[in-house]
Amino acid sequence: MDLVMAPPEMQVVYEHPRSLADVPTRYCPGCTHGIAHRLLAEAIDELGLQERAVLVAPVGCSVFAYEYFNVDACQAAHGRAPAMATGLKRMLPENIVITYQGDGDLVSIGAAEIMHVAARGERITTIFINNAIYGMTGGQMAPTTLPGQKTTSSPLGRDTRRTGAPIRMSEVLAQFDGAAYIVRRSLHDVANIRKAKKAILTALKVQMAGLGFSMVELLSSCPTNWGIAPEKALDWIEQNMIPQFPPGDYKVHDAVKTL
Amino acid sequence: MTKELLKGNIAIAEAAVRAGLEAYFGYPITPQTELLEYLSQRMTELDRVFLQAESEVAAINMVYGAACTGARVMTSSSSPGVSLMQEGMSYIAGSELPCVIVDVMRGGPGLGNILPSQADYFQVTRSAGHGDFHPIVLAPASVQEAIDFVGLAFDLADKYRHMVLLAADGQIGQMMEPAELPPMRPLQKNVPDWALTGAKAREKRVITSLYLKGEEEEAFNLKIQKKLKQIKKNEQRSVEYATEDAELLVIGFGTAGRIAYSAVEAAREKGLRVGLLRPQTLWPFPERRISELADQASGCLVVEMNAGQMVEDVRLAIGGQIPVTFYGRTGGIVPMPDEILAAIEESYSRLQIAV
Repeated sequence: MDLVMAPPEMQVVYEHPRSLADVPTRYCPGCTHGIAHRLLAEAIDELGLQERAVLVAPVGCSVFAYEYFNVDACQAAHGRAPAMATGLKRMLPENIVITYQGDGDLVSIGAAEIMHVAARGERITTIFINNAIYGMTGGQMAPTTLPGQKTTSSPLGRDTRRTGAPIRMSEVLAQFDGAAYIVRRSLHDVANIRKAKKAILTALKVQMAGLGFSMVELLSSCPTNWGIAPEKALDWIEQNMIPQFPPGDYKVHDAVKTL
Repeated sequence: MTKELLKGNIAIAEAAVRAGLEAYFGYPITPQTELLEYLSQRMTELDRVFLQAESEVAAINMVYGAACTGARVMTSSSSPGVSLMQEGMSYIAGSELPCVIVDVMRGGPGLGNILPSQADYFQVTRSAGHGDFHPIVLAPASVQEAIDFVGLAFDLADKYRHMVLLAADGQIGQMMEPAELPPMRPLQKNVPDWALTGAKAREKRVITSLYLKGEEEEAFNLKIQKKLKQIKKNEQRSVEYATEDAELLVIGFGTAGRIAYSAVEAAREKGLRVGLLRPQTLWPFPERRISELADQASGCLVVEMNAGQMVEDVRLAIGGQIPVTFYGRTGGIVPMPDEILAAIEESYSRLQIAV
């Protein structure tokens, strides 16, 4: 006798995105890369881009992003994803080329490459994970490390007199005429995650419409290298990162509202 | 077809266009800049991809990205620029992607100067990037040979899924001489089965040079080595002059080899039994042929526009059978034929010729 009856009309409210591979990742527990991956995969699915997308993975914790997404993918040298993406996009103008980069990759070693894709208005989309630290190498100071923040290469806390202050790359890139959509979002709570998803959708639409370069910066947590429990790390984003890196729309092309 | 008066850099550029070049990424640097300038117009009028990159670092990584699509891609630079490209070249080798890199070598180290030099022999044959690999390296000695090697470079790159370097020097890039360009080849239509095109109606494809496990990295390295062994077997190239009965074998590549030809001719007029071998491939080095010639010769003189780099490969090929001497000029100085003739006479006088 069947005790459990299926409701007459089942509705799917949650499923694994097709563009997200069903494999275990190497990310630490509590790291927000997982959320960012899911948002990007959902956006690729919702816009029907799985067969057109080409992902450029960086050097850093997300170096294996090519394993985690069910799309064509390659792996760039440290900081060079924007240049590699340029080569891809120029050859495949009908495809959707996406770079996924961390703050060490994008703001430090790849500062020149990201500025020049913005300047050229390269029709690519960058997902920029800012967690204020080098993750994969074990927690060194990044150009985005907060003043006073302790890292393995700033053990007494970042001294801005000697090492400078954090670089706000979204604000920098917004200065370029070729940048069509530059926004910063945060992944520290549900409301902000939903805003981040919307921004990723818009950034991809900007590329589809050929408006220019698009980038979504995502404030992210690194519980392992911050030495903070995952939940507290989300609070740390809100309390410490947001004042330095305010979420907001830094460059929105006039045509974006028509998308 | 008829011969035209062509400048080396322009000839290389047009030869690449005719070999089916689909995308060029580069950065200005003397003495190769005309190549980039020419392609900026030519590629655009043909509706192909041309982009001046923000640096050589970016240029080679654009090549890396474009090569992932299976297209015929090229960049060009000169010595300091090639130093900057080595990172990307290593990734390209580690991802087994075909591409062509033109290096119009100049004097170094450091900023050096813009005069012709062969001082980057080690760089192109030995240290084209970190990790265990060699690019295929072609060394032209004339504008015509540079043209011919461009087509060969693209064919070898595609055949082996490997990068090919055209190692010219400032002299080849800057001089004008009569040469004949090949007819225009149609652009290749078939996309290779590893190329990134978007995973439409097929499994996704990945191009990476990352092998985290030692066993996997070693397996990949063995695969590269197997390919390099094939290349070594199949692609050694050299040309010879008057080597049949040569007691002194003169070896020089590119411009130095060409000037040595004049010196060897002059030595023959003086009755000296001297012959010339000019390597056309620097990697793979034409060691088989040099080893054969060493069996019959009594001595060898290597001439280079550097402080003595290829001479090490000559010594390895000869394996101590006969004495090897060296004559070189550095700093962008191009040796005159009479200097080389004097070096030939000097080396010849010391030969122990069996009667």
